Amino acid sequence: MAESPRPAIVHLPRSLVALFPDAPRRIEVTGVTVAEVVDQLDRQVPGIRTRLLDAGPVIRTHLNVFVAGARATLETPVPPGADVHVIPAVSGG
Amino acid sequence: MAERLALLVGTPKGVFVLEGDARRRDWALRGPLCEGWPIHDVCVDPGSGALLAGGGSPWYGPAIWRSEDLGETWTHSGEGLTYGDDGPGVKTVWNVSVARDAIYAGVEPAGLFQSVDGGRTWAHIEGLTNHPTRPEWQPGNGGLILHSIVPHPTDGNRLWVGISAVGVFETRDGGATWETRNHGVRADFHPEVYPEFGQCVHKVVMAADGDEHLYQQNHCGVYRSVDGGRHWEEITAGLPSQFGFPMTAHPRDPRTVWTIPLTPPELGRYMPEASAAVWRTHDGGDSWVRSGEGLPQRNAFIGVLREAMAVDSLHPVGVYFGTSTGQLYGSPDEGATWRLLADNLPPIWSVEAAVAG
Repeated sequence: MAESPRPAIVHLPRSLVALFPDAPRRIEVTGVTVAEVVDQLDRQVPGIRTRLLDAGPVIRTHLNVFVAGARATLETPVPPGADVHVIPAVSGG
Repeated sequence: MAERLALLVGTPKGVFVLEGDARRRDWALRGPLCEGWPIHDVCVDPGSGALLAGGGSPWYGPAIWRSEDLGETWTHSGEGLTYGDDGPGVKTVWNVSVARDAIYAGVEPAGLFQSVDGGRTWAHIEGLTNHPTRPEWQPGNGGLILHSIVPHPTDGNRLWVGISAVGVFETRDGGATWETRNHGVRADFHPEVYPEFGQCVHKVVMAADGDEHLYQQNHCGVYRSVDGGRHWEEITAGLPSQFGFPMTAHPRDPRTVWTIPLTPPELGRYMPEASAAVWRTHDGGDSWVRSGEGLPQRNAFIGVLREAMAVDSLHPVGVYFGTSTGQLYGSPDEGATWRLLADNLPPIWSVEAAVAG
């Protein structure tokens, strides 16, 4: 029996978690790209996709997503067990 | 004196709530609420008593916030507040208004959304976006924003909207089709002066007798209409400036409205001669009366934005306005005298008064 891929570890900012009362700051999600991680994240935290993505879809202008320390787009691959950080940009105001 | 009053204040740093009683003297301030999100408008759903706040976060996008306990706790939704993946992103919400059978949200870039489930999900009113004039809409100084929503009091299919630098539109079929409603309104910055659209409406309100009786504060004057906006008649004469943003209507007297004239954009957008005053008419705009008693009369370089004036429904009517420099003023006597209710708030974008109990 094949072993399930190790989930990525998504780190969410306080200002985002504050919008979803039961959401943790650190959450394990399976997905091979950032887009899949966001979709899976939305299953665990309904509504969070709308907060992360704008029309396109693209990551919102003033949010940055990093995969294993490197800035990512929705198409960026997410290796098993990678750390995925969602960080509000200082450009937001 | 049993009534409780709440003043709902939208700011770039969240919602503030001031609670008081019918004497309208003492107010208790709470806030900032809505996680400190920029909030352009707050309203009350009269059916449920819920508060609805519209705005947008620079990081997390647009949302309508909803509270069923006068702002103690909130939920939020941006579900459906989108023009689709091929359209422009919705930046923020500028107006939330409750109609007979639905809630409407006006957004930037200009468009209209409807919710029939209390604000949990939203649907784009495509008929307005599909209006043949849409490719020619240009943003004003504040952006391409749909900021005024005026539901018809009894006909759920009728609705007026105001869009800066575009003008007023009306639908009579629930949003499927729209017609311009700008006849008689000047656009001094336009080569035609009286174009079909392109007027810079700043605020549209409905008179107390409803149906066809509207007022508007425009970039280029103040106007009234008695035929649902098909024709507008200018009523600027008697005011110290044709420019201003807010306007609010008396809840029972259709011929009484208040406005706050400001110096023109090129001269600073503050109260003329730096002397604060609210102007009211009791005769539908035939004449205007200045009221500055209780307001700073010297060195008051203050402005008031389009959504930042409101009335309550008590006897006599209370009138309230918030400044873009964070002062909230109130009048318990229909605007005759004024008092500072709160100071040192963030810039005030909107004020709404709600009577409860």
